Amino acid sequence: MKRVICLTVMNRPGVLNRITNLFSKRNFNIESISVGLSEHEGMSRITCVVHVEDSSASEQITKQLNKQIDVIKVTDITDQSIVARELALIKVQAVPYTRNEIYSLIEPFRASVIDVSKDSMTVQITGESDKVEAFIELIKPYGIKELARTGTTAFPRGTQRTSQQSKSYSIV
Amino acid sequence: MLQEAALTETKTETHPVTGADLLLRALEKENVEVIFGYPGGAVLPLYDKLYHSKILHVLPRHEQGGIHAAEGYARISGKPGVVIATSGPGATNIVTGLADAMMDSLPLIVFTGQVATGVIGSDAFQEADILGITTPITKYNYQVRSIEDIPRIIKEAFYIASTGRPGPVLIDIPKDIAAGVSDQPEEEKEVNLPGYQPTLKPNYLQIRKLTEAVSRSKKPVILAGAGVLHGRASKELKEYAEQQQVPVIHTLLGLGGFPADHPLFIGMAGMHGCYTANMGLTECDLLINIGARFDDRLTGNLQHFAPHATVAHIDIDPAEIGKNVPTSIPIVADAKEALEQLILQDGKPPAHKEWMETILRWQEEYPYFYDKESGRLKPQKVMEMLHSKTEGNAIVVTDVGQHQMWAAQYYRFNKADRWVTSGGLGTMGFGFPASIGAQLADPEACVLAICGDGGFQMSTQELAIIQEMNLPVKIIIFNNMALGMVRQWQEIFYESRFSHSKIPVQPSFVKLAEAYGIKGYVIQSEEEAEELLDEVLHNREPVLIDFRVDPDENVYPMIAPGKGLHEMAGVKP
Ligand SMILES: Cc1ncc(C[n+]2csc(CCOP(=O)(O)OP(=O)(O)O)c2C)c(N)n1
Ligand SMILES: [Mg+2]
Repeated sequence: MKRVICLTVMNRPGVLNRITNLFSKRNFNIESISVGLSEHEGMSRITCVVHVEDSSASEQITKQLNKQIDVIKVTDITDQSIVARELALIKVQAVPYTRNEIYSLIEPFRASVIDVSKDSMTVQITGESDKVEAFIELIKPYGIKELARTGTTAFPRGTQRTSQQSKSYSIV
Repeated sequence: MLQEAALTETKTETHPVTGADLLLRALEKENVEVIFGYPGGAVLPLYDKLYHSKILHVLPRHEQGGIHAAEGYARISGKPGVVIATSGPGATNIVTGLADAMMDSLPLIVFTGQVATGVIGSDAFQEADILGITTPITKYNYQVRSIEDIPRIIKEAFYIASTGRPGPVLIDIPKDIAAGVSDQPEEEKEVNLPGYQPTLKPNYLQIRKLTEAVSRSKKPVILAGAGVLHGRASKELKEYAEQQQVPVIHTLLGLGGFPADHPLFIGMAGMHGCYTANMGLTECDLLINIGARFDDRLTGNLQHFAPHATVAHIDIDPAEIGKNVPTSIPIVADAKEALEQLILQDGKPPAHKEWMETILRWQEEYPYFYDKESGRLKPQKVMEMLHSKTEGNAIVVTDVGQHQMWAAQYYRFNKADRWVTSGGLGTMGFGFPASIGAQLADPEACVLAICGDGGFQMSTQELAIIQEMNLPVKIIIFNNMALGMVRQWQEIFYESRFSHSKIPVQPSFVKLAEAYGIKGYVIQSEEEAEELLDEVLHNREPVLIDFRVDPDENVYPMIAPGKGLHEMAGVKP
């Protein structure tokens, strides 16, 4: 199963290396990791998306991360109501006669075109991973020349819903 | 008085404070008595200051020997062992020791030299990315980036290494930082590590829960690991076990935490543990783990491990709880604090008469055994003799292999902190240098370095320290002309194809000892052993004894890989 784990870490040299090292040392399967400054000076926020066998494995990940001296806080936010976003840049082949078609796909996904050249255009899309994934699938037939994804960054919503309904809304 | 003050004043002015000065001052503040170090280019500024230092410096003949000695020192003294190695090859030579200390939770402070900050990353002469190399095998590591950080970093390092679950901390010091001059006055700072706050006090509700579980249980056992020793909790363990009348099993690393002669002591469990301990773990209905990490050499196949038991686990490292074995009573705490709380509860002892009778019956029926009539010198017999002739009071340090298991089985420890062995990493070459550190930690003790003929050859160069310092270590070689443990596995699992495990062509260990001015003896029989041991064990001189033990002897009982604890082989003659 997929877990989203949020970390607050001290901004010390080598801290990212420590975290990724831990994942490989403990044989944890990591899907994405994103890092950046947080609201506290001297601290960074890391969001990891990992695949684990069961809940005891995800508990073990959390505990091992917590044990790191530079890690201030670890939360597995998968079961909370969260806001999670990822950004992708996609350079897609676009000859004059496919350009309009591509534009028509972009719009419902609220993606935007940020660069255009003679034979390609670069699209930026943000959203939850599923949405990014779906968009990439749609655009693939036109020929993806380059693709860069940031990985998920996330935190809990301001208000937590009490029931944990599964998502019934559209991913778009 | 005044004049003196004035003198020191001018002195500090003419000798500005360097990084190396700050480092040595910090070590003095931490009351470091001994450093195991080896010089080289990148640590020359530091060695220049050591020239005048009061701290004892021990020069191993290989950095790996130095760090293993520091491990032995740490295990016996309870204080962090301090190591210095130069950059590049010096630093990479200590990697095995770091991994070993990490596995067995030994506190170490390891300084490595590094090339100057300006050339880091340029593949400079003797540069190695020692932070990158050691991140997975240290509790924490630092590279000093400014001179002023040295006092804080060293203070933090000692705190991290010796609190919570102990472990090695490495501090990498670029040469220019050690040589550089500080113009800012040194200021005392409190340790401030918001991400590191070990939990020491147990949760009251879990303590209650365990107390009630003990009262209800019919077949309880305590499994005591090295956490009891690191937490200095053997007195409390004894008091608690006696109060609740719960029998005690040890892990390999925990030996000595509970007196072996105590009626409640069952023995060591695991791959070469005794029948009663392994069956006790299999049959128990309540398993109280205190400071053991359910290592696979202890549990055997997890599917068959303690199938009927409610598991309680007391550990200072929360990540160990539930890692290998599902646990219904988790207690994150220091062993001593948890035991004190449990004793205070003064719960009703369990009604477990039948269980205690079963245990007694197993003990009578399935003791450790060996052939006493073979006419050959049996390693087990040698161990028994060493035990009786030292009255169980020696510090026993072992290397890794068959001899290590015989030492664990036949030397019955009645006191804590008399046992040093490499458990988690199983490092050959560990024992002999570790015995040197142990002797330095307890100069009065009789220290036995129990080595195999194979493993001893991985660190013979450290005979030089014994010679130089005239340390009265008793080097005992169990010479079976083989990498015995490997030979045993090949006999059992590979149809006796002894691929590269026999080493009949050997140096003369006696002459080797003599080359270092140490007396050496070859012993072929029990009678010879009897006579010699009486003579050499009680004097204050080093000695090397090459015991020619039965080369075909195997360690039993044994649990084959993949089998459960109850599937022991070789439980009876
Ligand atoms: C550094 C290292 N290399 C290899 C091994 C694998 N190994 C474990 S026990 C053993 C044999 C040890 O032989 P010896 O020191 O003679 O001890 P014995 O088993 O004969 O008592 C070996 C090779 C190890 N544990 N450590
Ligand atoms: Mg041998």
